[in-house]
Amino acid sequence: MILRRRRGAATVDANAAPARAAAPERWGEVSFEDRMATVDFRVGERPHIVVDSDVCRSCTTRECVTACPANLFAPTADGGILFNYEQCFECGTCYQICNREGAITWTYPDGGHGVVFRHG
Amino acid sequence: MADPRADGRAAAEVDAVVVGAGPAGSAAAWALARAGKSVVLLERGPFPGSKNLFGGVVYGRILDEIAPRWWEEVPVQRWVVRRSTMVMTPTQALTVDFRTQAWGRPPYNGMTVYRADFDRWLAGKAVEAGATLVTSTVATGLLRDEAGRIAGVRTDRPGGELRAKIVIACDGVNSFLAKEARLVPRTDPEHLTLGVKEVLALPREVIDERFGLRGDEGLDIEILGCTGDIPGGGFLYTNGDTVSVGVVLSLAHLGRSGRRPEEVIADLKAHPAIAPYLRGATLKEYGAHLIPEGGYNHMPALYTDGMLVAGDAAGMCLAAGIWLEGVNFAIGSGLAAGRAAARALDSGDLSASGLSGYRRELEKGFVLANHRRLRGAPDLVLSERVQRRYPGLVADLVEGMFTVTDPKPKPGLLALLKRAARRNDVRLRHLLADAVRGGRVFR
Ligand SMILES: Cc1cc2nc3c(=O)[nH]c(=O)nc-3n(C[C@H](O)[C@H](O)[C@H](O)COP(=O)(O)OP(=O)(O)OC[C@H]3O[C@@H](n4cnc5c(N)ncnc54)[C@H](O)[C@@H]3O)c2cc1C
Ligand code: SF4
Ligand code: SF4
Repeated sequence: MILRRRRGAATVDANAAPARAAAPERWGEVSFEDRMATVDFRVGERPHIVVDSDVCRSCTTRECVTACPANLFAPTADGGILFNYEQCFECGTCYQICNREGAITWTYPDGGHGVVFRHG
Repeated sequence: MADPRADGRAAAEVDAVVVGAGPAGSAAAWALARAGKSVVLLERGPFPGSKNLFGGVVYGRILDEIAPRWWEEVPVQRWVVRRSTMVMTPTQALTVDFRTQAWGRPPYNGMTVYRADFDRWLAGKAVEAGATLVTSTVATGLLRDEAGRIAGVRTDRPGGELRAKIVIACDGVNSFLAKEARLVPRTDPEHLTLGVKEVLALPREVIDERFGLRGDEGLDIEILGCTGDIPGGGFLYTNGDTVSVGVVLSLAHLGRSGRRPEEVIADLKAHPAIAPYLRGATLKEYGAHLIPEGGYNHMPALYTDGMLVAGDAAGMCLAAGIWLEGVNFAIGSGLAAGRAAARALDSGDLSASGLSGYRRELEKGFVLANHRRLRGAPDLVLSERVQRRYPGLVADLVEGMFTVTDPKPKPGLLALLKRAARRNDVRLRHLLADAVRGGRVFR
């Protein structure tokens, strides 16, 4: 079983007792790219979420980087944030937890665009 | 009725516009159409359900009002006959498993569904009753008349003002309409959780065998103790030929935890009590959605002049630990909102006081009666001890009871309890206090 992550360390079970004998069985694990490839997006032309990287530079929490379930907030070398709206679940997590007024401009994609869950 | 628009052309005014064709909106539109009102049901997705994601079980009793014998037509995956509650630590799991065949035959209890199917079906009921469904259209804001009263919605369609005598906001947990009307705060992470879910493919026979099911019988597992430092919980539901596995995570804690949502699911799936169920499963769909968990104590005002709010937009989802019922509460509140709007249209009083029957109806019915009774549950269930310590305490206690200690005699229950409490850093007097509190909260 191969497990790749886009960033950070490889497979770690934060809760695992160090003494656990066998490596845990893992099923359905895929790279983050392959994970997102399971979701349909009708990408609109207008970016429905815009992140002002300049505002992010003074942010001390960067909770969006950890919490966005689509992993769309990528820290840049110069302390800003690189954001791409295309594979967004439109869940609202980022604007709810954002630490800086004005960093995130959040709207829904235009009608008919954006995520389309086949199961949900 | 005609109304002159800014560009001079006449724009038709409808009795009501319902924003959002989720369960709340479709129910509200159905009730209005049944009362003979003209109603437009707006949905931003390409079809109802396309934007919506949940764990998996709809409790269908409330559908009796909309369609007798709905179970013969609803797009169901499986009928839940087994309901398990699991408490786990990284290496232990205690499950209370209940099964009844009664839930596997009419009139049924819970069913697993895909929202893409279910929401489309329910919106179809509103359309059958006479509502006009408009998809791929976002309500971008509230329209107001010269006197500042809500008079419809703006949409992202060209020339897309939609005039209506009353607006029902069923636009879900992020409700920008309720925010615009200042009924809810712009952000409220303390009372929101993020649900992330994977739909995993497994052959039907394999699901039947692994979960002890036959035909269209289904299983529902609610899990506590699987989210580490982040308050929350987990779930596993069986569908026809997939299994839905996911976790619900406190927004106030997730960002600071350093753990990404998909990692929390991965750890749940790798748990020794869960992994064998999923052997060989492949990922079919991943997704995420917020859940309002504030409950009764954090519900907004449910109406203002010219507008009612229902479903998740009004925080109606019942998320009280072992209960996660949002769809039935959305339908129940949507029906009540639709009826209240119809009565107000009849009386001609669309002011807040003319709409106040909405709240009264909800308080009398299951929606707010349940919320009122369980209002202490969200805080208790997401509390530090229930989340972080009691799963270990319970598991250690049971492990102690069933670990054979020969040649030493079995330890007494009180000794075991004391040991489990010590190991999990729980004071007995706190345990007692929480037990009393739990008894009160869930009475
Ligand atoms: C992970 C997870 C697990 C859950 N598990 C369960 C469960 O097992 N059982 C259960 O009963 N409940 C469950 N729930 C809760 C349940 O999903 C919700 O309570 C329920 O969907 C609320 O219905 P609603 O109609 O109020 O809102 P929604 O279902 O969110 O519908 C809102 C609709 O409005 C549309 N909309 C929003 N804004 C606009 C706009 N501006 N213009 C046009 N359209 C708009 C959206 O596209 C959407 O269709 C779960 C939720 C989550 C996230
Ligand atoms: S939390 Fe907000 S301000 Fe901070 S990095 Fe993320 S988007 Fe920028
Ligand atoms: S709305 Fe959700 S998925 Fe989209 S960027 Fe924000 S957190 Fe990520």
